[in-house]
Amino acid sequence: MTQKNRIQSGGRVDRARALSFKFNGKSYQGLQGDTVASALLANGVNVVARSFKYSRPRGIISAGAEEPNAVLQMGATEATQVPNVRATQQELFDGLVCNSTNGWPNVDFDVMGIAAKVGGSMLTPGFYYKTFMYPQSMWSTYEKFIRKAAGLGRSPRENDPDSYDHIHQHADVVVVGAGPAGLSAALSAARSGARVIIADEQSEFGGSLLHSRENINGEPAADWVQKAIAELATFPDVMMLPRSTVNGYHDHNFLTIHQRCADHLSDKAPQGQIRQRLHRVRAKWVVLATGAHERPLVFANNDVPGCMLASAVSTYINRYGVVPGKNLVLMTTNDHAYQTALDWADAGRKVVAIVDTRPNPEGDLVEDAKRRGLHIITGSAVIEAHGGKRVNAVSVASINENGESVTGKISRLQCDTLASSGGWSPVVHLSCHTASRPAWNDEAVGFVPGATIQNQLTAGGINASYGLGDCLKEGTAAGNEAAMNAGYDVSATAPELKVEAISEGAPMALFHVPHSRPTSRAPKQFVDFQNDVTAAGIELATREGFESIEHVKRYTAMGFGTDQGKLGNINGMAIAAKSMNKTIPETGTTVYRPNYTPVSFGAIAGRHCKELFDPKRFSAMHKWHSENGALFEDVGQWKRPWYYPKPGESMQDTLDRECKSTRESVGILDASTLGKIDIQGKDAREFLGRVYTNPWAKLAVGKCRYGLMCGEDGMVFDDGVTSCLAENHFLMTTTTGGAAHVLEWLEIYHQTEWPELEVFFNTVTDHWSTMTISGPNSRKLLSEICDDIDLDKDTFRFMDLREGTVADVPARVYRISFTGELSYEINVQANYGLYVWEKLFEHGAKYNLTPYGTETMHVLRAEKGFIIAGQDTDGSLHPYDLGMGWCVSVKKPFSFIGKRGMAREDCVKPNRKQLVGLKTKDPLTVIPEGSQAVLDPTQPIPMTMLGHVTSSYYSANLGHSIAMGLVRGGLDRMGEAVFYPQPDGSVIEAEICSPVFLDPEGERQNV
Amino acid sequence: MFHIYCPHCEDHREEEEFHASGEAHIPRPLDPQSCSDEEWGEYLYFRKNPRGLHHELWVHAVGCRKFFNITRDTVTYEIKEVYKVGEKPSVTSSEKNQ
Repeated sequence: MTQKNRIQSGGRVDRARALSFKFNGKSYQGLQGDTVASALLANGVNVVARSFKYSRPRGIISAGAEEPNAVLQMGATEATQVPNVRATQQELFDGLVCNSTNGWPNVDFDVMGIAAKVGGSMLTPGFYYKTFMYPQSMWSTYEKFIRKAAGLGRSPRENDPDSYDHIHQHADVVVVGAGPAGLSAALSAARSGARVIIADEQSEFGGSLLHSRENINGEPAADWVQKAIAELATFPDVMMLPRSTVNGYHDHNFLTIHQRCADHLSDKAPQGQIRQRLHRVRAKWVVLATGAHERPLVFANNDVPGCMLASAVSTYINRYGVVPGKNLVLMTTNDHAYQTALDWADAGRKVVAIVDTRPNPEGDLVEDAKRRGLHIITGSAVIEAHGGKRVNAVSVASINENGESVTGKISRLQCDTLASSGGWSPVVHLSCHTASRPAWNDEAVGFVPGATIQNQLTAGGINASYGLGDCLKEGTAAGNEAAMNAGYDVSATAPELKVEAISEGAPMALFHVPHSRPTSRAPKQFVDFQNDVTAAGIELATREGFESIEHVKRYTAMGFGTDQGKLGNINGMAIAAKSMNKTIPETGTTVYRPNYTPVSFGAIAGRHCKELFDPKRFSAMHKWHSENGALFEDVGQWKRPWYYPKPGESMQDTLDRECKSTRESVGILDASTLGKIDIQGKDAREFLGRVYTNPWAKLAVGKCRYGLMCGEDGMVFDDGVTSCLAENHFLMTTTTGGAAHVLEWLEIYHQTEWPELEVFFNTVTDHWSTMTISGPNSRKLLSEICDDIDLDKDTFRFMDLREGTVADVPARVYRISFTGELSYEINVQANYGLYVWEKLFEHGAKYNLTPYGTETMHVLRAEKGFIIAGQDTDGSLHPYDLGMGWCVSVKKPFSFIGKRGMAREDCVKPNRKQLVGLKTKDPLTVIPEGSQAVLDPTQPIPMTMLGHVTSSYYSANLGHSIAMGLVRGGLDRMGEAVFYPQPDGSVIEAEICSPVFLDPEGERQNV
Repeated sequence: MFHIYCPHCEDHREEEEFHASGEAHIPRPLDPQSCSDEEWGEYLYFRKNPRGLHHELWVHAVGCRKFFNITRDTVTYEIKEVYKVGEKPSVTSSEKNQ
């Protein structure tokens, strides 16, 4: 395939290095240095997409981030699919595969397009809202259709094979954009010795200078760019980031820079290389040198392929050596675009006419064009383009001075390319990310950055300073100021750069070219190409009463595409303003938000995926658990053994075995994950009394006590056993998941409410390995490896703690029980955990020592009616609701946390939800947790619900199911029946009972 | 993302190291039992949520674990000052008429 639009010389492409690529299944050739867009244009590809709503053929309009049409699906394999790639920003590589996002069965023959021709006139703004709202039940059907037609690309169905990275950086000065302003800013800042990062979204630094034909210091501008880059490279503290888009400017001068390290090399990053990197930069000062986007003009059929931005046409000619057509008509409101006609003529192609909307254009470039004999039609506009898949002619007519109406007769010009320029819009996006609103500048006909509280400076095109000399000057000044503000000496001055001044006439403010027919009856005049928003649509929205530009945006979908309205929004806002008889600043802009261009999920995630997504915490005995067949459960970040199945066992078989062995002989649980907080200080005891509901004043050294912790609202949020190690020394245990929260809770009360109390807290969860042996043989087992603690039942009593050695390892042993059995909790320094655990098994074989996990722990404690905070509580239950009023001391002199809260009117009223035991009528039926209780299962839906089941198990020890749950007024309903309707229509009947199913007298733990 | 100066560590750190703990200067009533339900409800649940200056309690959660106060503009997100628990803010909304 020949590159029919490639010219023989010029540009920054390497004609010796041909690259082949595939677009929509067809093979093409491009050159090293091309973007996908320039390569497609070189090959004369006109149609690259079908439009979103009307399915009209669309071609490449721009040469940068603002491109709305050439948005492609890229990827040679399923795993490397990338949606919404802008062809204008994607560098070509050999073997690149891409496809149009929209269009079925293909962009050249499109079924949706035929439908749009029939139904197109009904697709007005708000069409979706108006049409698909009713009946509501049909929405899911509509949604499928709309999503299919929406054409937003697709994500890969296989895992991304590439790696992505994050890098955190600090900089004195971050310069955004490496055009003339950005480069000169970076140079002046760097020369002061400041730490500088300069980032630019393009493959090379230089910005507009890469396609400019101007000179700096008498040399081609591109030569100056090379010198600037070479000088910057000599500074050790300067980081240059090409192919790096500053996508977000966040609070406190924090920037996110999306660097594409390998996207230009191949479909998948080369072995060992990162595909993309996200730089997270905290900058002392920021210089925004983001330049400006050219505005296209809005006229009838302005979306026919061949209609392009004037500056884009120049870029393709001068940078890529591609002239995207044969016969050009240029329409402009300003002098600058004349350069496009000059470039076109220099490339040896025909300029049919320059149509200038101003009656009397004057300026150096205008004179140049006149001198070259180019045909200039003044005071006129192209009011309509003609053609299907490519422009073949345009209609030109004279217009009045303010550009509101057609005044003369219409003539027709033959051409295949129509370049238009409505002036320039400064790229204010980043300056607006931090909530600064842009300010309208009448003279420049554009929005410039408004006031900001960030340490931010701006230079060049973003200030609507478009002359090369101004850009260089402003850049140098901004770089100096930023470095000085960051504390560097900028007294050394560099010689001023010499640039030939080009005088320009005033531009005309024109956002909507008039047509001989009213807007609503003229052919479509597109404002937002990606979402098919027309001038008529915007006018309709304002007529329907949408006054806020944010509402107009949402009603018409203007700016909703992946291009975020970079090309069309200013035109759209101006059209809305005019339609409402308001000024543009009165109407204002919509809010610009990060990200500037789409960022891949890979770059956002960086290394925070797979194994590194979240830390995992393991107890010291984890290896043993794995080797002994444990299955694991996530509790917070901890991996806790869930149960230990033996070959052939079902889960229930395992639980039955573990539960029975524990109650019949001895079981062992790894309890290391429970939160442990060491509390010391002379006021530690007083402090405990304030944060727990029960009394602590008389807890003797060597004793433990269970405590409930409530919020100020009186609701239980954590529980655990706290032991008194010495008069001023306690160890608090918390739930596994609640440890961090409890520590912060203690700290906030100590630091903000009771700083006068002398008390200190430290987390010691990881310092200890904790193993709980439980069951009638636990004392015998412990006695075999512990000879320096008197284990006599009357000496070492229930709720006592002793220090001594277990398996010759220093240990704290607590006689506490979460199973209701005789139980010892052995704590040793964490790194001895596995050793002591294995010693217990050496001696435990004869007692059938059985390891059990969290599931059996849950069953054993439920048999005893012990709650688990967070499972049986949900932040709406106070101790009395749980039947745990015994754990509340109203006699304590200090109004402990929760006391006042649980005395509020609502907390003492009758008929609150209360925790009770539940015994099913059929002893083998286990009520699913979460089932809702009702009194009468035959009542109509929605039924009156009394509460839900919080814990429910089959108890092998009791031979029937057991459950706990909330029931309104449940503590006064003992013996009554409640019913649990199930999703399958069945109903489970249960009797309200005490939650203590086993050993209500508590004899087993006191043996 | 905020850049926060910890008055205890005397250093600027990234927001990720901190937790916000809500509005500052809400002392626990000294005698909760004498509070009416309404007063207790005020203390428990009612917060200012102003547009403009806001005094907030923060904790250097993965740093020194110390609590401290921040005066922050909720519109611009500017941190006007940082001060320790027990100290009074020097930037207050009465000085800057909202």
